[in-house]
Amino acid sequence: MSHEHEHDHGGSHLSEVELRVRALESVLLQKGYIDPAAIDVLIEAYETKIGPRNGAKVVAKAWVDQAFRRKLLSEPAQTLASLGFAGLQGEHTTIVENTPKLHNMVVCTLCSCYPWPLLGLPPVWYKSGPYRSRAVIDPRGVLRDFGVELPDDTEIRVWDSTAEVRYLDLPARRGGARRSSLPSSPGTA
Amino acid sequence: MNGAHDMGGVHGFGRVVPEADEPSFHAKWESRVFGLALAAGRAGQWNIDMGRFARENRPPADYLAKSYFEIWLAGLETLLAERGLVSADEIEASRPLGEPKKAGGILDRAAAEALVSRGRVAERPASVPARFRAGDRVRAKNIHPTTHTRLPRYVRGRVGIVERLCGCHVFADANALGQGENPQWLYTVRFDARDLWGAEADPKLKVSVDAWEPYLEPADEGP
Repeated sequence: MSHEHEHDHGGSHLSEVELRVRALESVLLQKGYIDPAAIDVLIEAYETKIGPRNGAKVVAKAWVDQAFRRKLLSEPAQTLASLGFAGLQGEHTTIVENTPKLHNMVVCTLCSCYPWPLLGLPPVWYKSGPYRSRAVIDPRGVLRDFGVELPDDTEIRVWDSTAEVRYLDLPARRGGARRSSLPSSPGTA
Repeated sequence: MNGAHDMGGVHGFGRVVPEADEPSFHAKWESRVFGLALAAGRAGQWNIDMGRFARENRPPADYLAKSYFEIWLAGLETLLAERGLVSADEIEASRPLGEPKKAGGILDRAAAEALVSRGRVAERPASVPARFRAGDRVRAKNIHPTTHTRLPRYVRGRVGIVERLCGCHVFADANALGQGENPQWLYTVRFDARDLWGAEADPKLKVSVDAWEPYLEPADEGP
């Protein structure tokens, strides 16, 4: 898919797609099919409340709290719900754990399935042709595009999210993270 | 359908280009399309699988030329037109050209909040035992439905191992056709990359898909 984006130039010029979306929204409103308050709730949720910080909190807590880590891996749904990270596109979440010998990658080759409550809406690269096409056939090459070079003997496991199960990769802890720098109660901020 | 959306293993797309500090939306219209598509689903009573099919069911050149949210817009227009809710002429005119049809419902603020926070669970009680167990060797069927399916082309006809039973889930292929949820057992099936891509493939790579039972057959039958 094209990666070109329409940019708001702040003037009166509106692109064809902007005009079309405005027209569609206007017709939907005039016909009484949508409630603008609901649209605002949906956009605001994913613009301001739900994003990768949620997943980062889960990972950080799993790194310092072994009981939590075990529970997260064995009962992901209940554990994530207890932190408030359930909801749309996170109804059936599985956590996959990296080890020194295993690197997990998650893709949706067919569309853009992504664990919204943990990571927010998928970024453009995740939805793009290069990632969707190559993740399952050349994952080491994809990782190199991200500046990650894995040893040849590291196993790679790619999870193609083809149904309603969503995956979050729990990376291996690499030094830096310290208990004092992590939130004491993930999910509350 | 064998559409341009089914991208696994396709060559020529080039490098992955991540964007630093990427926003949820790159333009206001993208956020409007996102909100409208989710909200109008209540009025139009389509399900997630009908929504996916409306987005992927277009000529490959058109699918590949459109940005992600342009595909969402095109899919939304298709779903609305199919149900007689909004016509292309009305979008051109930017006003209704007839009396509104009775909508299936309106997503209000409370319903939108519930949708975000609770989502839509796809697992259903099982009415029959699962046909396969973890460790079974299974073949992804060599099928090419022209309608919606979530069995990617790159695994069709290939043999893998059942790794996990995910429960009984709404069957996307039936749900997209309005044939009801027809829940089926869902399995995580793991393939060795050499069985997918040939002898030259990375020997340290395994790839899994989540496959409903009707996609699978015992490896010793067929292909």
